Amino acid sequence: MLSGLTVSERQLSLVVLGLLAVCGLAMIGAGRNDDALGTHGFIVLGVSLGLTFLVISRYFDPEPSQERLSEYYDDPTRAGIILAMVWAVIGMFVGVWVAALLAWPDLTFDAAWASFGRLRPVHTNGVIFGFGGNALIATSLHVLQRTSRARLPDQFSPWFVLIGYNLFCIIAASGYLMGLTQSKEYAEPEWYADIWLVIVWVVYFLIYIRTLQRRKEPHIYVANWYYMAFILVVAVLHIVNNLALPVSLGHAKSYSVFSGVQDAMVQWWYGHNAVAFFLTAGFLGMLYYYLPKRAERPIFSYRLSIISFWGITFMYMWAGSHHLHYTALPQWVQTLGMTFSVVLLVPSWASAGNALATLNGAWHRVRDDATLRFMMVAAVFYGISTFEGSFMAIRAVNSLSHYTDWTVGHVHAGALGWVAMITFGSFYALVPWMWKQGRMYSPKLVEVHFWFALAGTVIYVFAMWNSGIIQGLMWRTYNDSGTLAYSFIDSLVAMHPYYIARTVGGLFFLIGAVVGAYNIAMTIRMARAAKVREEAGTDVPLPRPVATAMQAGE
Amino acid sequence: MELGERDPVTGRHTTGHEWNGIEELETPVPRVVLFFLAATTLFAIGYWILMPAWPLGVSYTKGLLGFDQREVVTRQVRDAAFARAAWTDRIARASFEEIAADPTLMRHVREAGRTLFADNCAVCHGVKGTGGPGFPNLAAGAWLWGGDPATIAETIRIGINSTHEGTRVSQMMAFGRDGVLTGQQVLNVGAYVRSLSGQSLSEAERGRLAAGKEVFAANCVVCHGDNGKGKHDVGAPDLTDQFWIYGGDVQSVHTTIYGGRQGYMPHWQDRLSPVETKLLTLYVLTLGDRQ
Ligand code: HEC
Ligand code: HEC
Ligand code: HEM
Repeated sequence: MLSGLTVSERQLSLVVLGLLAVCGLAMIGAGRNDDALGTHGFIVLGVSLGLTFLVISRYFDPEPSQERLSEYYDDPTRAGIILAMVWAVIGMFVGVWVAALLAWPDLTFDAAWASFGRLRPVHTNGVIFGFGGNALIATSLHVLQRTSRARLPDQFSPWFVLIGYNLFCIIAASGYLMGLTQSKEYAEPEWYADIWLVIVWVVYFLIYIRTLQRRKEPHIYVANWYYMAFILVVAVLHIVNNLALPVSLGHAKSYSVFSGVQDAMVQWWYGHNAVAFFLTAGFLGMLYYYLPKRAERPIFSYRLSIISFWGITFMYMWAGSHHLHYTALPQWVQTLGMTFSVVLLVPSWASAGNALATLNGAWHRVRDDATLRFMMVAAVFYGISTFEGSFMAIRAVNSLSHYTDWTVGHVHAGALGWVAMITFGSFYALVPWMWKQGRMYSPKLVEVHFWFALAGTVIYVFAMWNSGIIQGLMWRTYNDSGTLAYSFIDSLVAMHPYYIARTVGGLFFLIGAVVGAYNIAMTIRMARAAKVREEAGTDVPLPRPVATAMQAGE
Repeated sequence: MELGERDPVTGRHTTGHEWNGIEELETPVPRVVLFFLAATTLFAIGYWILMPAWPLGVSYTKGLLGFDQREVVTRQVRDAAFARAAWTDRIARASFEEIAADPTLMRHVREAGRTLFADNCAVCHGVKGTGGPGFPNLAAGAWLWGGDPATIAETIRIGINSTHEGTRVSQMMAFGRDGVLTGQQVLNVGAYVRSLSGQSLSEAERGRLAAGKEVFAANCVVCHGDNGKGKHDVGAPDLTDQFWIYGGDVQSVHTTIYGGRQGYMPHWQDRLSPVETKLLTLYVLTLGDRQ
């Protein structure tokens, strides 16, 4: 990793790490009266000192040769893949744990940190930001270079983004365990973590812009539209929703500048667009590169891509208020949320359809190749969950589905079926390219993973659909006396078997992810052991000789 | 647009662009996409015309249907209350005895009381009202404050050791911790208390009975009564029956006498209507029936 940095970049790293260490010290100092802030100060200090030590120990290594500029810079992508898989296993393990907690509440072992309210955000942030975010960073840097035919602008900033981002994730997750939260779903981290993420994110955006500026292709490929939308919009959402005033600079706790129904609206404008631009746009970027690549088919329709892209980006922005139907939010806002959500179905399905139609002429590959099958199933689940989402956004439907497990089922049709499946599919395509291997360590294990993942998703989603609808109906059934027929406890008793089923489904999915992590680890070992620099095949800058097309310092 | 090669599978041209091997076809947007785009947009526009939809500065377009979610829910709540009034009014007017004697009203009590109890009281008293460690069994008929309906209704209204100004106060002092009794005396009276309910005692306990009886007579009878049968006016439980709030084993009894107990039962005056309180009172009284 470090031998790739030039001497001036190594110096820059030391400066940045020094500044980070100072921040860590300041947090420790300021956090004298606040355990959480102090603990986070120690984490920041520890990470920066550890990395400083690493940089110093390799400081006098030979500089990378000028030849590097004629190659893509893939080290951060490789690290990102590994980090994503680590977070996948952690996040999904905690997912299975919280699932089990709902069936057997005693599994907290009387420890505060293990209570449902603290573990749940560790799960959601672990899988979305830890697993999903690292996967997005890793693949976006890969796709960006290949489709622009340009190397990343420098070696320092991608590492800054990747490591900085993971530091944010660690601060977030450890904060939840200490009981720290802003109480905004998917925006739980406190103010100092939020500020740090803004810095990291700006650098990420700049990498994108600077690379695109130097592209050798006349046009910008669709995948990059989506990745760009993801980075840009997430920045806007993150900044607005996290506007808050800390109790004092010496306290981890802060209060949102919004209050009441405005707060709710801003939160769900953020929350829904986190689904739209983090969990959808980013992963559509992934789909648009790895699916045609693996299927070796051209994209079905360029025009459809345009319609879907602008449809999705425009329409999603309005949809957030469908999370607040039948609340104090003025009804006209709910109307807009609902109607735009309904129209949104069309560009969403157009994307899914575009992906599936791209497979025309490659269905035999889908049958034989589990990697491509992951991507195909992902597109199908993308279609299912966007249909379901638009349906649930209709007020009358929402009055049944809201606050029930149906929502959780819907989330996981998207999260497991779409987000995780497209990621695994892309990784299985990408890992052999990145580690210069002809194939994964074990294609059989990819097949095993596929079936575990599919079975787990189906069990999970069906369990939650059933439990959600039963729950919703029980909550609105009246008896002859005109009072509620069931108590809340009655509905909990009815949920119990489904919660057990969901735990089993989640366990299947987790086992699949562990198998995948093992397979990827073994592929890396295979690459290390063989030490053969196999010819990279099609995965080199095509087709003009890049060495001349790129200049030093680019 | 300049076209690229023809794709052999679909027979379509590519757009002529290529990114690291990826190409795109020139396929026009399928009709069905355009159709649904138009259909959903029309639906949206129709909905906007009928319903509250677009902001106009300080106001908004009200929609032709004049629909207002606040009015709708207010009306629905009012209608539902009106429909229930057929029997709730009778509950409000009738005395406990009259209601208990009326099978139709008691059917409503059982039906509505079950969910009301499960949603408000079961967290502490259990779904069947049988209690658990720290929470009394309401189905046992072993009342702390008395089992007549008016007393129970009052307990529900004001709570026990609650924040209500008229709350019932339940005080079992910390005889051991506060030094009123010596360690040995606590052990002695504990053995005596356990003997009251006819539990089998160990050899050592039996040896303490006589001394324990004296301690009990000197310290406990004011509240628990001469024979240990409890007193309703101070909420002191009957120690001779088989029903325990905190447990009748050696350790629990010792903990009670050593450290004292102050059970907490919230007051419901601000949360339940008088009719609901009445209903719950009657429902609580039926809990014993199923034992
Ligand atoms: C927070 C827990 C809690 C809740 C909720 C609760 N109770 Fe209680 N309740 C108690 C405790 C504890 C006692 C006993 C207090 C004591 O030890 O003196 C008690 C006592 C009572 C008594 C007196 C029993 C007697 O023997 O005199 C009645 C009646 C009662 N509860 C009814 C209800 C009803 C009806 C509800 C629901 C509206 C309810 N409780 C909700 C904790 C609770
Ligand atoms: C001031 C009145 C008072 C005095 C004096 C008093 N008690 Fe109590 N005792 C109570 C009350 C009230 C409770 C119920 C406490 C509660 O549940 O909150 C109680 C509860 C108990 C219990 C627990 C019963 C169960 O169901 O778990 C035991 C045992 C007990 N007392 C024993 C004693 C003994 C022994 C003494 C004398 C050393 C004593 N008490 C003196 C008022 C008194
Ligand atoms: C091993 C697989 C998984 C299991 C067992 C699991 C389990 C759970 C559980 C039990 C909850 C809480 C539900 C509740 O509060 O009732 C939850 C919530 C959530 N999970 Fe997962 N999960 C898994 C994988 C994932 C993945 C891969 C993602 C995203 C990429 C994800 C995203 C979410 C989200 C966004 C929520 C919040 C849903 C809401 O608030 O409605 N999960 N999960």
